[in-house]
Amino acid sequence: MVSRTPTPARRRWGHTVAGVLILCVMLFPLYWMLNTALQPASGLLQVDPVPSGLDLSGFSKALSDQGGHLLTSLAVSLGAVAVCLAIAAPAAYGLARFGLRGSRTIVFGTLITQMVPGIVIANALYDSYVDLGLVNTHFGLMLADASLGIPFSIVLMRSFMVSIPGEVIEAAQLDGAGPVRTFLRVVLPMSRNALITSGLFAFLFSWSDFMFALTLNTTDEVKPITLGIYQYIGAHVGDWGSVMAASVLSAVPAAVLLVLAQKYIAAGITGGSVK
Amino acid sequence: MTTSTVTAQAPAKPSGRAAAPDPARLRRRRTLAQWGFVVPAVVFMVLFFGYPLVRNVVMSFQHYTPKTFFTGEAPFNGLGNWSNVFQDALFGKALWHTLVFTAGSLLGQFCLGLALAVFFSRRFPLNGVLRSLVLLPWLVPMVVSGVVWRRILDQDTGVLNAFLGTLGLGGDTPWLTSPGMALLSVILVNIWIGVPFNMVILYGGLQEIPRELYEAAALDGASAWRTFRSLTLPMLRPVITVVLVLGFMSTVKILDLILALTDGGPADATQTLGTLTYQNSFVRLDFGAGAVVGNVLILVSAVFAVLYLRASRTEGK
Repeated sequence: MVSRTPTPARRRWGHTVAGVLILCVMLFPLYWMLNTALQPASGLLQVDPVPSGLDLSGFSKALSDQGGHLLTSLAVSLGAVAVCLAIAAPAAYGLARFGLRGSRTIVFGTLITQMVPGIVIANALYDSYVDLGLVNTHFGLMLADASLGIPFSIVLMRSFMVSIPGEVIEAAQLDGAGPVRTFLRVVLPMSRNALITSGLFAFLFSWSDFMFALTLNTTDEVKPITLGIYQYIGAHVGDWGSVMAASVLSAVPAAVLLVLAQKYIAAGITGGSVK
Repeated sequence: MTTSTVTAQAPAKPSGRAAAPDPARLRRRRTLAQWGFVVPAVVFMVLFFGYPLVRNVVMSFQHYTPKTFFTGEAPFNGLGNWSNVFQDALFGKALWHTLVFTAGSLLGQFCLGLALAVFFSRRFPLNGVLRSLVLLPWLVPMVVSGVVWRRILDQDTGVLNAFLGTLGLGGDTPWLTSPGMALLSVILVNIWIGVPFNMVILYGGLQEIPRELYEAAALDGASAWRTFRSLTLPMLRPVITVVLVLGFMSTVKILDLILALTDGGPADATQTLGTLTYQNSFVRLDFGAGAVVGNVLILVSAVFAVLYLRASRTEGK
């Protein structure tokens, strides 16, 4: 087709080298986190550029101090994903296909929610959370964390579901399937990718949440890892090895998801924002 | 609800409306069932976004004290909170820090993100792998990034100063502990966090620009810089607007990073509207004052939300 002068092979590998250098600079702080975690003995002193041995005592201390908080994060985040998808997926379908009066207003409102700062939500909801007994509960935090993913998921899944061919849905209806059956049997399976992307992001948003954890909890009962680490640096200033080990553990889900599901992540960043 | 919907639709099966006995009632039922899909989300968003917006305005006219949570009493006090907050010199400082933090972060994130997007638009081996690994800093919880950088930027034993020292570039910069430096340091860390996000969106935008345009530019003998300025940037404009406005809305409200790095200090040098709302409400338990600052924060982002909606409308055509 159109002729394109091929770049000489040497120059292309030159770009790869430059790309690796860029990556090294960008990932250096994360390397340093791991490196510091492996030198728990350095305490408040300077950290060597490379760990001399495999000292895992920082990790074992972090696990015994923060293991429970990791589990709390996991439970709350999985719950938030469930709430988020259960609410957002039907709404996305309804807004994409039913042509209800007011759909546009709702989509508009969904976009608007992105500008409401979390601290304002926490400020206003704290009162109600106290009254409803949701403060210091897993369920309360789960609901608040779900709010981080719901607007994003609605926008993302709606833009996907709009593109499902109308004939597919009409065919299901001709077979006698009502809207609920059509949704569960036809629309959801076809929207698998959008569902996975939404779920992933809902998980990452909730896992990273710090503000709701900080403001909607007054005791130590429900403490996710982000809050755990924040309080850790207050209490263990001299023990950077354990703090960093806990940080490494808290970054593991992001790293794993990035490796396993990179195409969904890239799709989510572009799809959730531009569309 | 489910079964009635199914039976209600069944008679309409063969050829639609005409065969049904009472089309108006059926249609109403169907509409009701359809709203069933949307209502839970609407209720949730009203409770978690709409209600807080309204409540926050009301709260800003109420007098909260630490006792309020035992007595449940928060009497209205007119403009008391507003005048208290506005008279406090800290408010003006926080507003200024917020603007500097946001503008500085966006400028750095955008320029570096664009540079990386252009870089990764070229074809070279391992491009895809490298491009996705760059995302990692953006995916790590912000508090964690803050904690890690706090160690790196430590004046005496941090690796950055050690590195600068080896290069003979000083090496005793008080990154986070001097009021003159702290805001700049926080901005630099936030740039590091935001570059991947900017890169991914701008990279996506670059892929949409038709190749033929570049070939035409090359035939005309346009230099690389000229092509970038007269072709790439104008074609990228809608995406640039979206990335900047989205960046603004998420940056202006950042709280976790600042708390993890500096806790708003030293000497309130990194206090922003977000951290000030937090401190007023959840540290001093003066929720009325917190609500005032929160309202100002919303107002600031509302201006930019309008820009965003206008941008996304031209985007979607």
